[in-house]
Amino acid sequence: MMNKNLGSADPATAPGGDTPAVDAEGLTVARGPRTVLRGLDFTVPRGEITGLLGPSGCGKSTLMRAIVGTQAKVTGTLDVLGSPAGHPTLRTRIGYVTQAPSVYDDLTVRQNLAYFAAILAPGRASADRRHENVTRAIADVDLTTHADALAGNLSGGQRSRVSLAVALLGTPELLVLDEPTVGLDPVLRRDLWNLFHDIAAQRGATLLISSHVMDEAERCHRLLLMREGEILADDTPDSLRTRTRTETVEAAFLHLVDEATTTGHRKETTR
Amino acid sequence: MSTTTGSSHASAPTPTSALNAARTLATAARVLRQLRHDPRSIAMMILIPCVMLFLLRYVFDGSPRTFDNIGASLLGIFPLITMFLVTSIATLRERTSGTLERLLAMPLGKGDLIAGYALAFGTLAIIQSVLATGLALWFLDLDVTGSPWLLLLVALLDALLGTALGLFVSAFAASEFQAVQFMPAVIFPQLLLCGLFTPRDKMHPVLEAISDVLPMSYAVDGMKEVLEHTDMTATFVRDALVVAGCALLVLGLGAATLRRRTA
Repeated sequence: MMNKNLGSADPATAPGGDTPAVDAEGLTVARGPRTVLRGLDFTVPRGEITGLLGPSGCGKSTLMRAIVGTQAKVTGTLDVLGSPAGHPTLRTRIGYVTQAPSVYDDLTVRQNLAYFAAILAPGRASADRRHENVTRAIADVDLTTHADALAGNLSGGQRSRVSLAVALLGTPELLVLDEPTVGLDPVLRRDLWNLFHDIAAQRGATLLISSHVMDEAERCHRLLLMREGEILADDTPDSLRTRTRTETVEAAFLHLVDEATTTGHRKETTR
Repeated sequence: MSTTTGSSHASAPTPTSALNAARTLATAARVLRQLRHDPRSIAMMILIPCVMLFLLRYVFDGSPRTFDNIGASLLGIFPLITMFLVTSIATLRERTSGTLERLLAMPLGKGDLIAGYALAFGTLAIIQSVLATGLALWFLDLDVTGSPWLLLLVALLDALLGTALGLFVSAFAASEFQAVQFMPAVIFPQLLLCGLFTPRDKMHPVLEAISDVLPMSYAVDGMKEVLEHTDMTATFVRDALVVAGCALLVLGLGAATLRRRTA
């Protein structure tokens, strides 16, 4: 929260001696015969928005699934909020939104949220708090007027917002959002990014947001640029542009890709 | 590559948490709420067994004894088949829509989910069985020596078995198309061998031996016990226990197919 936009190249030095939200060392994931993530080392600082960017198929979703603990065949070290990824105590502390909206089409928006809220905070004692959380989450994603519509009858963008609202229930310390703004109109995208910044600033939550749209990178505090299962860069948008002497994050990314391709070729021949 | 210090998920224990009543009830309520938005499915689940019994009654118009035999057996088989189909499709949808992955990333025990499904569909099975049994006994003159409550008990156990089989099978189906194909694969052989068409001891010894290990045989045997005896016989108790035991065993296997981590 304190080293916002300072351009410090080393994110491992988290403020206050606090453990980072995500700490990966030699993180490798195999899917079938293919190695999707190859020995990644990175940290995600707490209380900030970290953008995970890269072309589709580069391993963004797999990395996110590893962090929330739904990915099999993960090797290396991966600590999330101070516990190993997938630890049962993390299940109430992480909000996760998959790329495809995962909600029940044959329930209304409110019914969907009420069910997931009951899983997060079961029991009659927390009924009032649940009701509040549901109403707030619906308002957060701007679906109050559609609260009683069946999810299956909503548009694609609306359904993905229902899915996002589920992750906003309760007060997750870490939000892992897989392409949450895909297919949304510019106004909604701006509103959601404002919401993400509010969540980071007011609730002190950490957000890890993936996207393949590079202009969204400018809205993040930090960036992880990925390509073919490897991390090309782990930096702030500003210092990334400065370092690569480019105008935009997109240009910086392309610059790094070109650089990686030439050195990659060299590596491959020496192997 | 840097230091590879073991596997992160080997260090993450994922115990199957004990049943949580509130989460189980919430899940059952959610499943029923989903069904409520689909009145056509409910109507079909509840009415089709009644229509079939009605049909059967007049197919065997000239031989009421045959109707007694087959009718009683079918009262046990209908809930099994309906619940098998409904559960296999419902859990498959849960798997393919991503909601299962989402739920398992939340603090929901696998037992809660399965018990929730069993509770919701069990409720529906009770309604279905009460209507079918009532219709058969009081309007179609099904002649049963024993108590109708015992018929209902077996029907309920059968429904549970159907739920369990459906849940288990859904793990092996990649699409709804495949899931439906499991019905002829899993249900039809049991239907042929359960003693509905011909007594099991009159079959080829090999088939008889196979029918001895298929749960539906005991479901049908149990129904026949109620048909012929006034009180609960030892055979009836055995049959009911076998069906219940099979249902629990398959539910356990079904729970094992729900993985928090997938490739």
